[in-house]
Amino acid sequence: MKRVNLEIVGVGGQGILTSSQVIGDAALNQGLDVYMSEVHGMAQRGGVVVTTVKIGEEVYSPLIGKGEADIVLGFEPVETYRAIEQASEKTWVVTNTVPIVPFTVSVGDGVYPDIENEIIPSLKKATDRLITLDAETLAKEAGAAITQNIVMIGALTATDVLPMSKTDMEESIENNVPQKFVDMNIDAFEKGYQRAKELM
Amino acid sequence: MKELLDDEPGKEILLLGNEAIVRGALEAGIGHGSTYPGTPSSEIGNTLEKIAKDYGMYFEYSANEKVAMETAAAAAASGVRAMAWMKHVGVNVASDALMTLMYSGVKAGMVIVAAGDPSMHSSQNEQDTRFYSLLGNIPMLEPTTPHEAKEMVKYGFDLSEKLELPVLIRTTTRVNHARGVVTFGEIKEPDGDGYFEKDPARFVAVPQNSVKNHPRLLKQMDIAEKITEESEFTYPQEVENAELHVISSGAGFNYIKEVKEEDDLPISILKLGMTNPLPVEKIRDFIEEAERLLVVEELEPFLEEKVTALAKDVNPDLEIYGKNSGHFSRLYEYDPDRIKEALSDLMDFEKEEEPLQAEDYALPARPPSLCPGCPHRATYYAVKKALGGEEGVFSSDIGCYTLGVQDPLNTTDYLLCMGSSVGAAGGFSKNTDQQVFAFLGDSTFFHSGLPALVSGFYNQHDFVYVIMDNRTTAMTGHQPHPGTGKTGMGDPAPMASIEDLAKGAGIEFVETVDPYDIEKTIDVFERAMEHDGISVVVPKHPCALIEQREEAWAPYQVDLEECKQCHICTNQFGCIALVREGDKVTINETLCIGCGQCAQVCPFDAIKQEVEE
Repeated sequence: MKRVNLEIVGVGGQGILTSSQVIGDAALNQGLDVYMSEVHGMAQRGGVVVTTVKIGEEVYSPLIGKGEADIVLGFEPVETYRAIEQASEKTWVVTNTVPIVPFTVSVGDGVYPDIENEIIPSLKKATDRLITLDAETLAKEAGAAITQNIVMIGALTATDVLPMSKTDMEESIENNVPQKFVDMNIDAFEKGYQRAKELM
Repeated sequence: MKELLDDEPGKEILLLGNEAIVRGALEAGIGHGSTYPGTPSSEIGNTLEKIAKDYGMYFEYSANEKVAMETAAAAAASGVRAMAWMKHVGVNVASDALMTLMYSGVKAGMVIVAAGDPSMHSSQNEQDTRFYSLLGNIPMLEPTTPHEAKEMVKYGFDLSEKLELPVLIRTTTRVNHARGVVTFGEIKEPDGDGYFEKDPARFVAVPQNSVKNHPRLLKQMDIAEKITEESEFTYPQEVENAELHVISSGAGFNYIKEVKEEDDLPISILKLGMTNPLPVEKIRDFIEEAERLLVVEELEPFLEEKVTALAKDVNPDLEIYGKNSGHFSRLYEYDPDRIKEALSDLMDFEKEEEPLQAEDYALPARPPSLCPGCPHRATYYAVKKALGGEEGVFSSDIGCYTLGVQDPLNTTDYLLCMGSSVGAAGGFSKNTDQQVFAFLGDSTFFHSGLPALVSGFYNQHDFVYVIMDNRTTAMTGHQPHPGTGKTGMGDPAPMASIEDLAKGAGIEFVETVDPYDIEKTIDVFERAMEHDGISVVVPKHPCALIEQREEAWAPYQVDLEECKQCHICTNQFGCIALVREGDKVTINETLCIGCGQCAQVCPFDAIKQEVEE
């Protein structure tokens, strides 16, 4: 099999580490090699978080070169845009459309672009393989805004780029979230999956 | 992380490099572990917090890295396998002990993990810590993956025992914070029941002993030179008709290996695992017939310069590429792209995928920032209010509060390293007429702020010494410290009092205040500035992230009827839950934790917990 490179970007506190753990565990359970890089420490305090998950028969390094991500999974639209160079025309770009405005904007050190009129049209122009979804609304429908990360994993799974099945991913979610929240998270996963399938 | 205790040899599990390091120590029968937390090494301690007791070893958070090194050294001198770990700059703190520890050595195995941070993801510098191995004559291993880190830690204990010297395992962020598949070996019973057999000639570093122990160290390193030639962590991966030879160690090896395998490139690689002493014979054999050699290592040309010197003797015609040829930089961490760029100049090789191009927007920066509800923000705000427009010099320190460097607080003017705020504040106060503040946290105070306090008192420095006590070591993941009443293993501990220590040092002005009461905090700072000599102010309030685990408050809202759009809340206070769009300010309900600090800052009482619709 060809190696699959997944780049996950977003903001500290969005549950990105849990997401990469879910994906990594699912791959390992299929007997695949997994290599990931994570962000801990200072950057987590509201800063940009970039993690990678690489899956294959044998994976040698945890980082991804420019243009070499098979999927860019963006939890925040501006961060997706910032990471666009990691994608090529073959890459699926899956992004949440819900903005988290950095404090720099509120103190006048920058302008947050218009998501609907600037960022998404520009992404569409750059690639045909784009899935945009409002993960917050879907997560709230599932029971809590905090499940946005699992909604995003649902959308990611819908691309069929991962070498793991939908059931494999669901199993991994069950193993990685607290028992009492399993149903809510599986619902969130399903909602993200269905929305992405509708859009593809 | 109880899974780390599973005694199931052969089991495959996805582990963070730092968890793998812990597992390696358990497979070696570690009896003692000590550290001061620092990214990217912190999760080694965080993991042991949870499992040390069940495993049966002793684990502590020491007040600083030097103390961690010394306690581990004494354990190893008493026949108990010991590990001390720290970030790269922590080795600087511990180095005084380490340099002489190499002379006396150890009885049981001792492993030191030094975690480097190329690219400075979470550090003040990216020093190449490998040079300590030369400075101190320390046997050194450089892992490339989490699994290899586990194996090297395990082997490091055996090697250390064989040589009776501590062994340095030098990692980097992309090993510590990489997650990869690790295969379990057998867990060993933890070492216990140490006994220190007195041997002053060896363990007392007075000159007449040290003159004998230094040659002993060199003799042990001669033995290490033979061992490194046989190291299982050093191996060639050769191809026939290689167009390029590569020597590599650490994370850099992963990228060259990946690029080679992916594009099936005719490259022979010598992967080095033990890099001090270097396996000179193996390197000679590898470069003897080579025509062109590329050295792939992050940061300084540690291997490159040695290999270059060796080549002059073995193969003077060898063309050597790396940092000196300009193919690689001494700056920042490597990645597959940097390898490809270097290779594209040396062989027939082209990058396949074209990165997407998108329209260029000036995207707003998203630097890390103080959390919503962080008590440090209120402290900084109060200091600036107390100054009332007067310019203050803010000598800061290493911790979350360093984030006061951002707009709109701008309360960080000078910073070097852990504890530097205090000494530097003294220097500013003696050499300028400016109003000087030192800012440091509770954990940093115990780490290295204490000696500087005594020094400042004695030398009659004049500044406001602000010890921002949030009851934890926050930035690295909420580890306990001597003031928290809890040990690293979760047991109750006696609490060291910052205020009593300051008073004991002779400081007259010592006041504690809850920074959530902003008015009162301003008053304390006003009086502290009036006081001659060092005045100690302890703004004391638990880290917002910890407090929120225990109780949840309702978020605040801006009453848009009452808001006069003065923007004091965003322009002077700057909590990240306050969102300004045009002139309108609202509060992000998801981010707001309901601390109410901004409501105190608002002069028009427009920020409320409940706004009438």
